[in-house]
Amino acid sequence: MNIIFYIAAIVAFVATVMVVTRKNAVHALLYLIVSLLAVSVIFFISGAPFVAALEVIVYAGAILVLFVFAIMMLNLGANSGKEESKLLKPNAWITPAILSLILLCELVYVFINYDGASVELRVIGPQEVSQSLFGGYMLAVELTGMLLMAGVVGAYHIGKEKKREYHRYLQTNENS
Amino acid sequence: MSELPLEAGLLLAALLFLTGLVGVITRRNILFMLMSIEIMFNAAGLAFVLAGAHNGQADGQVMLIFILAMAAAEVAVGLALIIQMHRKYNSVDTDVLSELRD
Repeated sequence: MNIIFYIAAIVAFVATVMVVTRKNAVHALLYLIVSLLAVSVIFFISGAPFVAALEVIVYAGAILVLFVFAIMMLNLGANSGKEESKLLKPNAWITPAILSLILLCELVYVFINYDGASVELRVIGPQEVSQSLFGGYMLAVELTGMLLMAGVVGAYHIGKEKKREYHRYLQTNENS
Repeated sequence: MSELPLEAGLLLAALLFLTGLVGVITRRNILFMLMSIEIMFNAAGLAFVLAGAHNGQADGQVMLIFILAMAAAEVAVGLALIIQMHRKYNSVDTDVLSELRD
């Protein structure tokens, strides 16, 4: 089991690094899907099969398809990659990378000094998750529903193509 | 099930989160920034699920379901904003959004 975990972890990390460094948006999306699948494997072997399925269905299946549709609608030209390449010089990313490395060293230090005993894992199936979700978290479920509703209405309103309606005076001015 | 090292899992979550953070900071293409935010959400969810599995509770998985719903709403609104930006400026580069600077 451990070797599966480490392989999936390496795949997830490499794919995520590829997402951040790609120039073509569609290539980056494919790497992102790989990364999500690897994380889903990790969920599965850590005793959470329901969430592993949700990760594939909702994240890789729905959210990333939304990304694909958006990229399709944008119809990005071939020169968008060239503009990006001159921004990816070392002096553009070396400072944030060093800062993130410092944060990472801190986190590693915390994890090494953490002496929690690793307990035997057990599978937590959909039944137990649902009982927790609709038991103690009922209010949060309702609020999440409202958030999704607001998100859908807001996305429709923002994404709608607005017709420019001029006043009669401006219309005649424009024609003349 | 055998036992998994919690430290390694949380380390992976931290690595993924920092990769997403570097992506948000360095990329100027707003599509990549949104993707990096997704990576960060995913890393946070990974930490939730692994900690929940470590404690033998279902709460971590419940939190991941909430993160999924929030990410879906965020992506819908964010992509609509990107499409409007592309219509107005004909670009997905965040450097063109500098009208307030002058």
